[in-house]
Amino acid sequence: MSAELTAYSISLADDALVLGHRLSQWSSLGPTLEEDIALSNLALDLIGQARLFYTLAGQIEGKDRTEDDFAYFRDAGDFRNVLLVELPNSDFAHAMVRQLVYAAFAHPYLDALSRSSHSGLAEIAAKAVKEIAYHVRHSAEWVIRLGDGTDESRRRTIAALDALWPYVDELFEMDAGERSLVAAGIAPDRAAIRPVWDRTIDNVLREATLERPSQVAVARTGGRSGRHTSDLAAMLADMQVLARAHPGVTW
Amino acid sequence: MTDKTPMPLWEVFIRARSGLPHKHCGSVHAPDATMAVQAARDVYTRRGESVSIWVVPSAAIIASDPNEKDQLFEPTSTKAYRHPTFYDIPDEVGHM
Repeated sequence: MSAELTAYSISLADDALVLGHRLSQWSSLGPTLEEDIALSNLALDLIGQARLFYTLAGQIEGKDRTEDDFAYFRDAGDFRNVLLVELPNSDFAHAMVRQLVYAAFAHPYLDALSRSSHSGLAEIAAKAVKEIAYHVRHSAEWVIRLGDGTDESRRRTIAALDALWPYVDELFEMDAGERSLVAAGIAPDRAAIRPVWDRTIDNVLREATLERPSQVAVARTGGRSGRHTSDLAAMLADMQVLARAHPGVTW
Repeated sequence: MTDKTPMPLWEVFIRARSGLPHKHCGSVHAPDATMAVQAARDVYTRRGESVSIWVVPSAAIIASDPNEKDQLFEPTSTKAYRHPTFYDIPDEVGHM
Protein backbone atom coordinates (compact mmCIF):
# COMPACT_ATOMS: atom_id res chain seq x y z
CA MET A 1 0.00 0.00 0.00
CA SER A 2 2.94 2.38 0.50
CA ALA A 3 3.54 2.87 -3.26
CA GLU A 4 -0.12 3.86 -3.74
CA LEU A 5 0.04 6.11 -0.69
CA THR A 6 3.19 7.84 -1.93
CA ALA A 7 1.67 8.43 -5.36
CA TYR A 8 -1.53 9.73 -3.78
CA SER A 9 0.24 12.21 -1.51
CA ILE A 10 2.31 13.41 -4.50
CA SER A 11 -0.83 13.97 -6.59
CA LEU A 12 -2.42 16.03 -3.79
CA ALA A 13 0.79 18.05 -3.54
CA ASP A 14 1.04 18.52 -7.31
CA ASP A 15 -2.50 19.96 -7.53
CA ALA A 16 -1.68 22.42 -4.77
CA LEU A 17 1.79 23.38 -6.02
CA VAL A 18 0.82 23.95 -9.65
CA LEU A 19 -2.26 26.02 -8.79
CA GLY A 20 -0.24 27.85 -6.14
CA HIS A 21 2.40 28.71 -8.72
CA ARG A 22 -0.20 29.91 -11.22
CA LEU A 23 -1.61 32.19 -8.51
CA SER A 24 1.85 33.42 -7.60
CA GLN A 25 2.29 34.52 -11.23
CA TRP A 26 -0.38 37.17 -10.50
CA SER A 27 2.02 38.96 -8.16
CA SER A 28 2.24 42.61 -9.26
CA LEU A 29 -0.44 41.98 -11.92
CA GLY A 30 -3.55 41.95 -9.69
CA PRO A 31 -6.40 44.27 -10.64
CA THR A 32 -5.99 46.23 -7.39
CA LEU A 33 -3.33 46.34 -4.70
CA GLU A 34 -5.73 44.61 -2.31
CA GLU A 35 -6.50 41.78 -4.72
CA ASP A 36 -2.84 41.42 -5.66
CA ILE A 37 -2.06 40.61 -2.03
CA ALA A 38 -5.14 38.38 -1.78
CA LEU A 39 -3.96 36.32 -4.77
CA SER A 40 -0.52 35.94 -3.21
CA ASN A 41 -2.15 34.83 0.05
CA LEU A 42 -4.08 32.12 -1.83
CA ALA A 43 -0.84 31.06 -3.55
CA LEU A 44 1.03 30.78 -0.25
CA ASP A 45 -1.74 28.67 1.29
CA LEU A 46 -1.52 26.18 -1.57
CA ILE A 47 2.28 26.08 -1.73
CA GLY A 48 2.31 25.45 2.02
CA GLN A 49 -0.10 22.55 1.57
CA ALA A 50 2.06 21.16 -1.25
CA ARG A 51 5.15 21.22 0.97
CA LEU A 52 3.40 19.15 3.65
CA PHE A 53 2.05 16.56 1.19
CA TYR A 54 5.46 16.26 -0.55
CA THR A 55 7.25 15.84 2.76
CA LEU A 56 4.76 13.16 3.81
CA ALA A 57 5.19 11.41 0.45
CA GLY A 58 8.96 11.39 0.98
CA GLN A 59 8.56 9.88 4.45
CA ILE A 60 6.20 7.16 3.23
CA GLU A 61 8.41 6.38 0.25
CA GLY A 62 11.48 6.06 2.46
CA LYS A 63 14.04 7.04 -0.18
CA ASP A 64 15.08 10.35 1.37
CA ARG A 65 13.36 12.46 -1.28
CA THR A 66 12.56 15.94 0.05
CA GLU A 67 9.88 18.46 -0.87
CA ASP A 68 12.44 20.19 -3.10
CA ASP A 69 13.24 16.96 -4.94
CA PHE A 70 9.56 16.55 -5.80
CA ALA A 71 8.97 20.19 -6.72
CA TYR A 72 12.16 21.03 -8.60
CA PHE A 73 13.65 17.83 -9.91
CA ARG A 74 10.76 16.11 -11.64
CA ASP A 75 9.76 16.85 -15.25
CA ALA A 76 6.24 17.59 -16.46
CA GLY A 77 5.58 13.94 -17.29
CA ASP A 78 6.17 13.02 -13.65
CA PHE A 79 3.61 15.49 -12.32
CA ARG A 80 0.19 14.05 -11.42
CA ASN A 81 -1.89 17.24 -11.08
CA VAL A 82 -5.19 17.70 -12.87
CA LEU A 83 -5.07 19.77 -16.07
CA LEU A 84 -7.37 22.43 -14.57
CA VAL A 85 -4.62 23.81 -12.34
CA GLU A 86 -1.90 24.04 -14.99
CA LEU A 87 -3.84 26.07 -17.58
CA PRO A 88 -2.11 29.41 -18.16
CA ASN A 89 -3.49 32.51 -16.51
CA SER A 90 -5.57 34.78 -18.70
CA ASP A 91 -7.82 37.36 -17.05
CA PHE A 92 -9.07 37.89 -13.50
CA ALA A 93 -12.44 36.25 -14.19
CA HIS A 94 -10.60 33.13 -15.34
CA ALA A 95 -8.52 33.15 -12.15
CA MET A 96 -11.57 33.45 -9.90
CA VAL A 97 -13.67 30.87 -11.77
CA ARG A 98 -10.78 28.39 -11.67
CA GLN A 99 -10.27 29.05 -7.96
CA LEU A 100 -13.95 28.50 -7.31
CA VAL A 101 -14.06 25.29 -9.37
CA TYR A 102 -11.01 23.94 -7.52
CA ALA A 103 -11.83 25.14 -4.02
CA ALA A 104 -15.48 24.03 -4.19
CA PHE A 105 -14.02 20.56 -4.71
CA ALA A 106 -11.00 20.79 -2.41
CA HIS A 107 -12.95 22.10 0.60
CA PRO A 108 -15.31 19.14 1.08
CA TYR A 109 -12.55 16.77 -0.09
CA LEU A 110 -10.02 17.95 2.50
CA ASP A 111 -12.76 17.96 5.11
CA ALA A 112 -13.35 14.26 4.38
CA LEU A 113 -9.58 13.62 4.26
CA SER A 114 -9.22 15.14 7.73
CA ARG A 115 -11.09 12.03 8.96
CA SER A 116 -8.74 9.67 7.10
CA SER A 117 -7.49 6.60 8.92
CA HIS A 118 -3.98 7.78 7.99
CA SER A 119 -3.01 10.27 10.68
CA GLY A 120 -0.37 12.09 8.57
CA LEU A 121 -2.84 12.85 5.79
CA ALA A 122 -5.59 13.71 8.27
CA GLU A 123 -3.39 16.27 10.04
CA ILE A 124 -2.41 18.07 6.84
CA ALA A 125 -6.02 18.09 5.66
CA ALA A 126 -7.25 19.50 8.97
CA LYS A 127 -4.88 22.46 8.55
CA ALA A 128 -5.58 22.94 4.84
CA VAL A 129 -9.38 22.81 5.08
CA LYS A 130 -9.48 26.13 6.97
CA GLU A 131 -7.37 27.79 4.31
CA ILE A 132 -9.44 26.42 1.45
CA ALA A 133 -12.68 27.51 3.13
CA TYR A 134 -11.53 31.08 2.59
CA HIS A 135 -10.61 30.31 -1.04
CA VAL A 136 -14.22 29.23 -1.65
CA ARG A 137 -15.54 32.36 0.00
CA HIS A 138 -13.18 34.77 -1.75
CA SER A 139 -13.59 33.32 -5.24
CA ALA A 140 -17.37 32.91 -4.84
CA GLU A 141 -17.83 36.54 -3.81
CA TRP A 142 -15.85 37.64 -6.85
CA VAL A 143 -17.66 35.35 -9.29
CA ILE A 144 -20.99 36.68 -7.98
CA ARG A 145 -19.89 40.28 -8.52
CA LEU A 146 -18.25 39.66 -11.88
CA GLY A 147 -21.21 37.67 -13.22
CA ASP A 148 -23.75 40.16 -11.95
CA GLY A 149 -21.49 43.15 -12.68
CA THR A 150 -20.74 45.07 -15.85
CA ASP A 151 -21.30 43.77 -19.39
CA GLU A 152 -17.57 43.20 -19.71
CA SER A 153 -17.11 41.38 -16.40
CA ARG A 154 -20.12 39.20 -17.19
CA ARG A 155 -18.84 38.40 -20.69
CA ARG A 156 -15.42 37.47 -19.31
CA THR A 157 -16.89 35.30 -16.54
CA ILE A 158 -19.05 33.38 -19.01
CA ALA A 159 -15.99 32.89 -21.24
CA ALA A 160 -14.03 31.55 -18.26
CA LEU A 161 -16.80 29.08 -17.37
CA ASP A 162 -16.88 27.87 -20.99
CA ALA A 163 -13.09 27.52 -21.10
CA LEU A 164 -12.73 25.71 -17.77
CA TRP A 165 -15.81 23.47 -17.76
CA PRO A 166 -14.21 20.62 -19.78
CA TYR A 167 -11.60 20.25 -17.00
CA VAL A 168 -14.09 19.73 -14.15
CA ASP A 169 -14.65 15.97 -14.46
CA GLU A 170 -10.97 15.15 -13.98
CA LEU A 171 -11.22 16.40 -10.38
CA PHE A 172 -13.45 13.42 -9.65
CA GLU A 173 -11.39 10.74 -11.42
CA MET A 174 -9.74 7.97 -9.40
CA ASP A 175 -7.22 5.42 -10.64
CA ALA A 176 -6.89 1.87 -9.32
CA GLY A 177 -4.30 2.89 -6.72
CA GLU A 178 -6.50 5.59 -5.29
CA ARG A 179 -9.53 3.28 -5.26
CA SER A 180 -7.57 0.85 -3.10
CA LEU A 181 -6.90 3.72 -0.68
CA VAL A 182 -10.62 4.55 -0.66
CA ALA A 183 -11.41 0.93 0.15
CA ALA A 184 -8.88 1.06 3.00
CA GLY A 185 -10.52 4.16 4.50
CA ILE A 186 -7.47 6.30 3.76
CA ALA A 187 -8.68 8.43 0.82
CA PRO A 188 -12.16 9.96 0.48
CA ASP A 189 -14.36 8.78 -2.39
CA ARG A 190 -14.30 11.59 -4.95
CA ALA A 191 -17.69 10.53 -6.31
CA ALA A 192 -19.23 11.32 -2.93
CA ILE A 193 -17.84 14.87 -3.16
CA ARG A 194 -19.55 15.60 -6.50
CA PRO A 195 -23.02 16.45 -5.12
CA VAL A 196 -21.43 18.91 -2.66
CA TRP A 197 -19.45 20.53 -5.49
CA ASP A 198 -22.60 20.72 -7.64
CA ARG A 199 -24.52 22.44 -4.86
CA THR A 200 -21.79 25.00 -4.15
CA ILE A 201 -21.31 25.85 -7.83
CA ASP A 202 -25.04 26.09 -8.55
CA ASN A 203 -25.61 28.37 -5.55
CA VAL A 204 -22.84 30.73 -6.65
CA LEU A 205 -23.94 30.74 -10.29
CA ARG A 206 -27.53 31.51 -9.25
CA GLU A 207 -26.38 34.51 -7.22
CA ALA A 208 -24.14 35.56 -10.10
CA THR A 209 -27.17 35.32 -12.47
CA LEU A 210 -25.14 32.85 -14.54
CA GLU A 211 -25.81 29.35 -15.79
CA ARG A 212 -23.69 26.29 -16.33
CA PRO A 213 -22.26 26.23 -19.88
CA SER A 214 -24.92 24.86 -22.22
CA GLN A 215 -22.49 23.63 -24.88
CA VAL A 216 -20.99 20.54 -23.30
CA ALA A 217 -17.43 20.30 -24.58
CA VAL A 218 -15.53 17.00 -24.51
CA ALA A 219 -14.04 16.40 -21.08
CA ARG A 220 -10.27 16.92 -20.95
CA THR A 221 -8.23 14.54 -18.86
CA GLY A 222 -4.81 12.90 -18.57
CA GLY A 223 -3.03 14.88 -15.87
CA ARG A 224 -3.23 12.07 -13.31
CA SER A 225 -1.28 9.81 -15.67
CA GLY A 226 1.29 12.46 -16.58
CA ARG A 227 -0.21 13.52 -19.93
CA HIS A 228 -0.10 17.29 -19.58
CA THR A 229 -0.49 20.36 -21.73
CA SER A 230 2.72 21.94 -23.02
CA ASP A 231 1.91 24.86 -20.72
CA LEU A 232 2.94 22.81 -17.68
CA ALA A 233 6.42 22.17 -19.07
CA ALA A 234 6.81 25.88 -19.78
CA MET A 235 5.64 26.76 -16.29
CA LEU A 236 8.00 24.23 -14.67
CA ALA A 237 10.97 25.46 -16.73
CA ASP A 238 10.43 28.86 -15.18
CA MET A 239 9.72 27.51 -11.69
CA GLN A 240 12.60 25.01 -11.57
CA VAL A 241 15.42 26.87 -13.32
CA LEU A 242 17.06 28.33 -10.21
CA ALA A 243 17.04 25.11 -8.19
CA ARG A 244 18.42 23.16 -11.16
CA ALA A 245 21.11 25.68 -12.05
CA HIS A 246 22.30 25.81 -8.44
CA PRO A 247 21.45 22.47 -6.78
CA GLY A 248 21.19 22.77 -3.01
CA VAL A 249 21.16 26.56 -3.11
CA THR A 250 19.54 28.33 -0.16
CA TRP A 251 18.35 31.94 0.10
CA MET B 1 -24.32 50.42 -3.56
CA THR B 2 -24.92 53.96 -2.38
CA ASP B 3 -21.47 55.23 -3.35
CA LYS B 4 -21.27 56.04 -7.06
CA THR B 5 -17.63 55.02 -7.48
CA PRO B 6 -17.20 51.30 -8.28
CA MET B 7 -14.40 50.84 -5.71
CA PRO B 8 -14.99 53.27 -2.82
CA LEU B 9 -12.59 53.64 0.09
CA TRP B 10 -13.13 51.90 3.45
CA GLU B 11 -11.37 52.57 6.76
CA VAL B 12 -10.12 49.42 8.48
CA PHE B 13 -10.04 48.78 12.24
CA ILE B 14 -8.56 45.62 13.69
CA ARG B 15 -8.65 44.13 17.16
CA ALA B 16 -5.39 42.44 18.06
CA ARG B 17 -6.73 40.39 20.97
CA SER B 18 -9.99 39.86 22.79
CA GLY B 19 -10.47 42.65 25.31
CA LEU B 20 -8.51 45.25 23.36
CA PRO B 21 -10.27 47.99 21.38
CA HIS B 22 -10.39 47.98 17.58
CA LYS B 23 -7.67 50.28 16.28
CA HIS B 24 -7.51 52.08 12.97
CA CYS B 25 -4.81 50.49 10.80
CA GLY B 26 -5.38 51.82 7.28
CA SER B 27 -7.80 51.71 4.40
CA VAL B 28 -8.76 49.53 1.42
CA HIS B 29 -10.63 49.97 -1.84
CA ALA B 30 -13.48 47.49 -2.30
CA PRO B 31 -16.78 47.36 -4.21
CA ASP B 32 -18.92 46.76 -1.10
CA ALA B 33 -18.82 45.97 2.62
CA THR B 34 -18.40 42.19 2.25
CA MET B 35 -15.46 42.58 -0.08
CA ALA B 36 -14.01 45.33 2.10
CA VAL B 37 -13.81 42.90 5.04
CA GLN B 38 -12.07 40.36 2.80
CA ALA B 39 -9.65 42.95 1.44
CA ALA B 40 -8.89 44.10 4.99
CA ARG B 41 -8.28 40.50 6.03
CA ASP B 42 -5.94 39.94 3.09
CA VAL B 43 -4.01 43.20 3.44
CA TYR B 44 -3.82 43.83 7.21
CA THR B 45 -4.03 40.45 8.99
CA ARG B 46 -1.43 38.36 7.13
CA ARG B 47 0.82 37.96 10.16
CA GLY B 48 -1.73 37.05 12.80
CA GLU B 49 -2.42 40.66 13.80
CA SER B 50 -6.13 40.33 14.29
CA VAL B 51 -9.05 38.46 15.82
CA SER B 52 -11.70 40.89 14.53
CA ILE B 53 -12.11 43.40 11.72
CA TRP B 54 -14.35 46.45 11.35
CA VAL B 55 -14.68 48.35 8.09
CA VAL B 56 -16.42 51.71 7.75
CA PRO B 57 -17.06 53.66 4.53
CA SER B 58 -14.48 56.45 4.53
CA ALA B 59 -17.23 58.79 3.40
CA ALA B 60 -19.08 58.10 6.68
CA ILE B 61 -16.24 59.47 8.80
CA ILE B 62 -16.90 63.00 10.04
CA ALA B 63 -13.58 64.73 10.67
CA SER B 64 -12.75 67.87 12.60
CA ASP B 65 -11.75 70.87 10.50
CA PRO B 66 -7.95 71.35 10.43
CA ASN B 67 -8.55 75.12 10.22
CA GLU B 68 -10.22 75.01 13.62
CA LYS B 69 -7.37 73.33 15.41
CA ASP B 70 -6.47 76.55 17.26
CA GLN B 71 -9.83 76.83 18.95
CA LEU B 72 -10.35 73.08 19.36
CA PHE B 73 -6.98 71.91 20.62
CA GLU B 74 -4.63 74.79 21.36
CA PRO B 75 -6.37 75.86 24.61
CA THR B 76 -5.55 72.56 26.31
CA SER B 77 -1.79 73.12 26.06
CA THR B 78 -1.86 75.62 28.96
CA LYS B 79 -3.88 73.40 31.30
CA ALA B 80 -1.24 71.11 32.68
CA TYR B 81 -3.32 70.73 35.86
CA ARG B 82 -5.62 68.40 33.93
CA HIS B 83 -2.87 65.80 33.91
CA PRO B 84 -2.98 63.65 37.06
CA THR B 85 0.66 64.38 37.94
CA PHE B 86 0.17 66.56 41.04
CA TYR B 87 -0.91 63.91 43.46
CA ASP B 88 1.32 62.26 46.05
CA ILE B 89 0.60 58.57 45.91
CA PRO B 90 1.23 56.69 49.19
CA ASP B 91 3.81 53.96 48.86
CA GLU B 92 1.29 51.37 50.09
CA VAL B 93 -0.73 51.84 46.90
CA GLY B 94 2.05 50.37 44.89
CA HIS B 95 2.07 50.41 41.12
CA MET B 96 -0.80 52.31 39.49
